[in-house]
Amino acid sequence: MIASLLEIGLAQTQELSSVGFDLVNVFFGLIAVVAIAAALKMVSTANVVHAALYLLVVLSSVAAVYVLLGAEFAAATQVLVYLGAIMVLMLFGVMLTRAKIGKETDLDYEHRWVGVLVGILMFAVMGYSLIEEFGDQKIPNDNYAPIQTEAVANEIFSTYIVPFEALSVLLLAALIGAVVVARKD
Amino acid sequence: MYLNQFLIFSAILFCIGVYGVLVRKNGVLVLMSIELILNAVNINLVAFGTFHGQAAGQVFALFVIAVAAAEVGVGLAIVLLIYRNRRSIDVSEADLLKG
Repeated sequence: MIASLLEIGLAQTQELSSVGFDLVNVFFGLIAVVAIAAALKMVSTANVVHAALYLLVVLSSVAAVYVLLGAEFAAATQVLVYLGAIMVLMLFGVMLTRAKIGKETDLDYEHRWVGVLVGILMFAVMGYSLIEEFGDQKIPNDNYAPIQTEAVANEIFSTYIVPFEALSVLLLAALIGAVVVARKD
Repeated sequence: MYLNQFLIFSAILFCIGVYGVLVRKNGVLVLMSIELILNAVNINLVAFGTFHGQAAGQVFALFVIAVAAAEVGVGLAIVLLIYRNRRSIDVSEADLLKG
């Protein structure tokens, strides 16, 4: 039954991606505006806790972009790992370093224009090369159908099994390292 | 949809993240900006995966998410250590290696 439901959902998505093509674009525009505005507020706000909450908005927008791209498993992982675990860690970091509740004065370097210059230059170079290389390439409409989690799992446990095992060792090393670094002697 | 709208969106997020890393003094805020950069890269990976109709893009994005989790764990431990030793997480004051 679940399989047939999935098939109906797939068919509907395919219909949507051909009929409601403009609608997807509208949603992408909305998400992009929200994400960029929140990111700008995150790097400019004078309140550390607010910065963490703006980061939360950016991360959820990125999860929404994954859904638009049909990457459901990546979206679910983004919500679980980033919104769930990493944001809690960040807020713990804010709490344990006793950040002030409210505005702080000394959060930025004085020479902000250097950062602005570097950011704009990088964006100019990247934007130019992206437009030059991928100017009018479109994502084929069929590709918006969700990539099944089964396909992702097959890739991980066949082609990418060695990186996957290396990753588990890395996580173990990070766990031990964090405990060793942070414990009190 | 154009492939470029995703790539340029991610380029904008990446540049904002770089600005944050360069300008912020607070250690936790620097870590948050690094998270922003990693997310921008992930959008690229997933967009190219969808462009080619393959699951590999998503797989790499998942790997990046796992590495980011490890990075935040160790990074926050280091920030906490700096705070414990110096009573401040201002990264501009942690300059013992400066010649």
